[in-house]
Amino acid sequence: MRKDYNLSKRRYVIGGFLCLLVIIFIIRLFDLQVKQDKYKDSAISNAFLKRVIYPARGLVYDREGRLVVFNQPAYDVMLIPKDVGSDIDSVALCEVLGITREELQQKWADMKDPRRNPGYSAYTPQKLISHLSQEDFGRLQEKLYMFPGFFIQKRTIREYNTSGAANILGNIREVNANDVDRDDYYRSGDYTGDLGIEKSYEVALRGHKGIEILMKDAHGRIKGKYEDGKHDIAPESGRNLTLSIDMQLQEYGESLMKGKIGAIVAIEPATGEILCLVSSPNYDPSLLVGKERGKNYASLVRDPFKPLYDRAIQGAYPPGSTFKPTQGLIFLQEGVVTTSTMYPCSHGYVNGLRVGCHGHASPIALKPALQTSCNAYFCWGFKHFIDKKGTKPSQQFEKWKNYIVEMGYGYKLGVDLPGESRGFIPNSDFYSKSFRGANWSGNSIISVSIGQGEVLATPLQIANLCATIANRGWYYTPHVVKSISDSVIDNKYRTKHTPNIKREYYEQIAEGMRMAVLGGTCRGANLPGIEVCGKTGTAQNPHGKDHSAFIGFAPYNDPKIAVAVYVENAGFGATYGVPIGSLIIEKYLNGEISSARKSVEERMWNSNTIISSGVKKH
Amino acid sequence: MELKNTKATANVSVFHSLDWFTIILYLLLVTAGAISIYAASYDFDHASMFSFEEFSGKQFMWIGLGLILGLSILLLDYRIYEAYAYPIYGIVILLLLLTIFIAPDVKGSRSWIVLGPVSLQPAEFGKFATALALGKLFSSYNFALNANKTNYYRALMIIFMPIILILLQKETGSALVYFSLIFVLYREGMSGLVLFSVLCAVVYFVVAVKFADPLILGIPMGEFTVLLIISLIFCCMLLFYCRDIIIARNVIFFFAIYGIVVTVLSFCGITLNGIIFFLSMLGVGIIYVAIAMLRHPVQKFLTTIAFACIGILFLFSVNYAFNNVLQPHQQNRIKVTLGIVEDLRGVGYNVNQSKIAIGSGGIIGKGFLNGTQTKLKYVPEQHTDFIYCTIGEEEGFIGAVGVLVLFTIFILRILHIAERQRTAFGRVYAYCVVSYMIFHLGINIGMVLGLCPVIGIPLPFFSYGGSSLWGFTILIFILLRIDASRKERRD
Repeated sequence: MRKDYNLSKRRYVIGGFLCLLVIIFIIRLFDLQVKQDKYKDSAISNAFLKRVIYPARGLVYDREGRLVVFNQPAYDVMLIPKDVGSDIDSVALCEVLGITREELQQKWADMKDPRRNPGYSAYTPQKLISHLSQEDFGRLQEKLYMFPGFFIQKRTIREYNTSGAANILGNIREVNANDVDRDDYYRSGDYTGDLGIEKSYEVALRGHKGIEILMKDAHGRIKGKYEDGKHDIAPESGRNLTLSIDMQLQEYGESLMKGKIGAIVAIEPATGEILCLVSSPNYDPSLLVGKERGKNYASLVRDPFKPLYDRAIQGAYPPGSTFKPTQGLIFLQEGVVTTSTMYPCSHGYVNGLRVGCHGHASPIALKPALQTSCNAYFCWGFKHFIDKKGTKPSQQFEKWKNYIVEMGYGYKLGVDLPGESRGFIPNSDFYSKSFRGANWSGNSIISVSIGQGEVLATPLQIANLCATIANRGWYYTPHVVKSISDSVIDNKYRTKHTPNIKREYYEQIAEGMRMAVLGGTCRGANLPGIEVCGKTGTAQNPHGKDHSAFIGFAPYNDPKIAVAVYVENAGFGATYGVPIGSLIIEKYLNGEISSARKSVEERMWNSNTIISSGVKKH
Repeated sequence: MELKNTKATANVSVFHSLDWFTIILYLLLVTAGAISIYAASYDFDHASMFSFEEFSGKQFMWIGLGLILGLSILLLDYRIYEAYAYPIYGIVILLLLLTIFIAPDVKGSRSWIVLGPVSLQPAEFGKFATALALGKLFSSYNFALNANKTNYYRALMIIFMPIILILLQKETGSALVYFSLIFVLYREGMSGLVLFSVLCAVVYFVVAVKFADPLILGIPMGEFTVLLIISLIFCCMLLFYCRDIIIARNVIFFFAIYGIVVTVLSFCGITLNGIIFFLSMLGVGIIYVAIAMLRHPVQKFLTTIAFACIGILFLFSVNYAFNNVLQPHQQNRIKVTLGIVEDLRGVGYNVNQSKIAIGSGGIIGKGFLNGTQTKLKYVPEQHTDFIYCTIGEEEGFIGAVGVLVLFTIFILRILHIAERQRTAFGRVYAYCVVSYMIFHLGINIGMVLGLCPVIGIPLPFFSYGGSSLWGFTILIFILLRIDASRKERRD
């Protein structure tokens, strides 16, 4: 009996064991549910698919409100590798996508290749195929249930209402590893602007991505929106841009530049708005959209004429005689000359060395010198300025350089396009070095006074000078975007720059340029009913035939357009620069070309100077 | 008056003397179970909770039928269960045997008998039959477990018969349940040392395998810890089990000094290998006890020495077996279970997903039907073996603990019922129920919480399935019927 009593006490051992077990469980539950957060996070990434909703990229209009760039839907095939079963029917997948098995394997391998796709992770959405056609999309959408882990990401890609202006518009491309590192906004597979305004206005154009929270099951199948989309973030469309570009003028300029290498830059002087920015040869922006982008991009890169190179802002050319107005301004401001100061020209500047010139009256004053583009006048003026008594040439040259820089040369102007070149304006150190410490004087560097020698400028800088003269002494930084919807353009495009030169001197230069049109080198630009001012340039260069250049603005008293034309290896400024520049001015101001000048237009359309460039297409 | 209506009063008294507390707990558990199944199998294009197309609808049907079954059990005479205990056991054993041959192969196991639209798992019914048979054995005239070895063999035979048959069906989990009957044997007089040994074996194994590093004194931390535990148990047994203060004091004194010396030496850069340290220390202790014992041999000293020696042998054989006998996939499964390796796509997937589901529930849970992990089918077997996940995710810590507490009260209540039985039959039967319940609860929830290996056994009353629910319903209602008439019985 006593023994039985002892045995019945054993129930406490069993009950105690149970309680111990339950306590262990409760501690474990506490640890899992209350103490640790990691399981909560895991659950979220497990069960939720945060699908990015891409905002519509901002549209682009021209200054007349014409739609230039818009969006079209594109579909990317995405997948989350860990959710893709090992037993997916690859035959069916190939059939639906319309690709071969080898292509699929290649795409799969590319997706996993850490060099091609540095953001690869088995747990996040990866892009398998981009830019599915509408039909392929429809077919895949129907069969999507067969492929766990797959989904379709809708994006927008660009479509263009123009076949030109690619250098301004730029294009979009997939982000690379650097972009992802640089900007938190990007995820692997996103798009970003490349070249042109697509790049420089990327932040405005891209908008804000939205997020759609979907629930997925263990097989990666979408099971609907989480809480009916209560936590979704709606995407915010990108801002629309209005270009200052007049697309008709742009396309017209491109047609004139056909068969030529060079650039046209037209600026509205009062605002600094660029009216057209032609770089030739150009390419169709639609080439860099969609499936064929990679292939087309590679062929553009390989093209010996470098269509991707925007000569209007990246090309650094000797400005030639278009540089002379700057010299006249400096001489007047510095008191080296007055409007009546005359310099001799005996078919050139002859003073120990010789800079050739052409036949005109001698001696000659500033305005006629501009009219006839007399080299000797500017050489003399420059020599007198640099070799001024009681100063050192290096000091005087620094002064000269500062004026030139104030006028927008030598540094990037700050146009709202990527890749702008700064041109080149030497300083006195440069010469001290290149002359190896030997003394140098005005004569040693005389060629810079006529825009040759070491001086290099971009067509944009040249056009900016023209706009400054048109304004009689000030300019706004040239820019291609006139306005941004719901926003304002950068303050720097609304800030006036005024070189330290008196307005009256600009007036003198403008008069000289008017004279050049009326009875000088620019007679070809003398349009009936429009008072055009102009200056030709014929720039010697080491690549072959002279470059043909022209700057001009009109009307004389109320300038609406300032234009710079630069045609490589096309000879005299009057041969190509003047006709093209004047056609641009006429087209812009009159909207059409008068019948009398149709022949000029015809000649420009049909001429080809590319053959003289020395570049051979293989 | 009373004499006339004996029959009627007998029936009335069944319901009058029923343990309603247990019934209410039972109903609570079963209802909570069905609701959890509804939650677990709730889909986005779900039908009604009571639709027979759904798991929950079917479960309500099983519950309804189970209640009818339970009522019928209550209406039968209590003597039937004792009288027909062996025949019932025999029939179930035959059924289990038959199952091996006629059951279709489902994922490698042959444990389901298909009868038209319904499938039954006879293994679930083996539990009450075995409990009845054990009860019958222990209630036989003048039976005492410790009286002779034959009694042990008879009891073990009753227990091992279903184990072997179920193992042949390849339902390892269901077979392991019967090992829980060690609690019954313990209650009925088996030495506590056996229970203690089993516990030690489990602890030694887990610790030795789990903590492979860092190294302490040149041996893995796990081995070091087990050897330390063996030494401590050796001292404790001398002190509390043999109750020889002098010997115990000497041994503890020696162990302490030796331990300190080795520790100090290791700080001075002279490191003694751990195995040599422990073996020499325990060896000296054992030899000392053996010599001391020679004068007046005592059984308890022998046991103590044996316990230490077997412990050491066990440890080394576990290490050997684990590394050299087990297949790599088996090693892996154990390692995943013990949390040594993380294998989220393979063996560890279920456990990891189930931990994520429960962990994501937080304190108050995500709310009924709001669980995302279980609902989106991240947790496999979510309405059967992993049903507890749904509770943990949707009802949170509070709900999960609530269910545990409910189970604990339920089992403790049965324990209470067991001890108030006046017959060995009733008591042994009730202890069988307690053992099964503890085992199912422990293994199932331990598995869901990632504390023990994934052994596919259901959570009583919660996991989906008619066989499991009926099996436990029969167990409980037979117990209630026996308990209701405990006062009529006169021994």
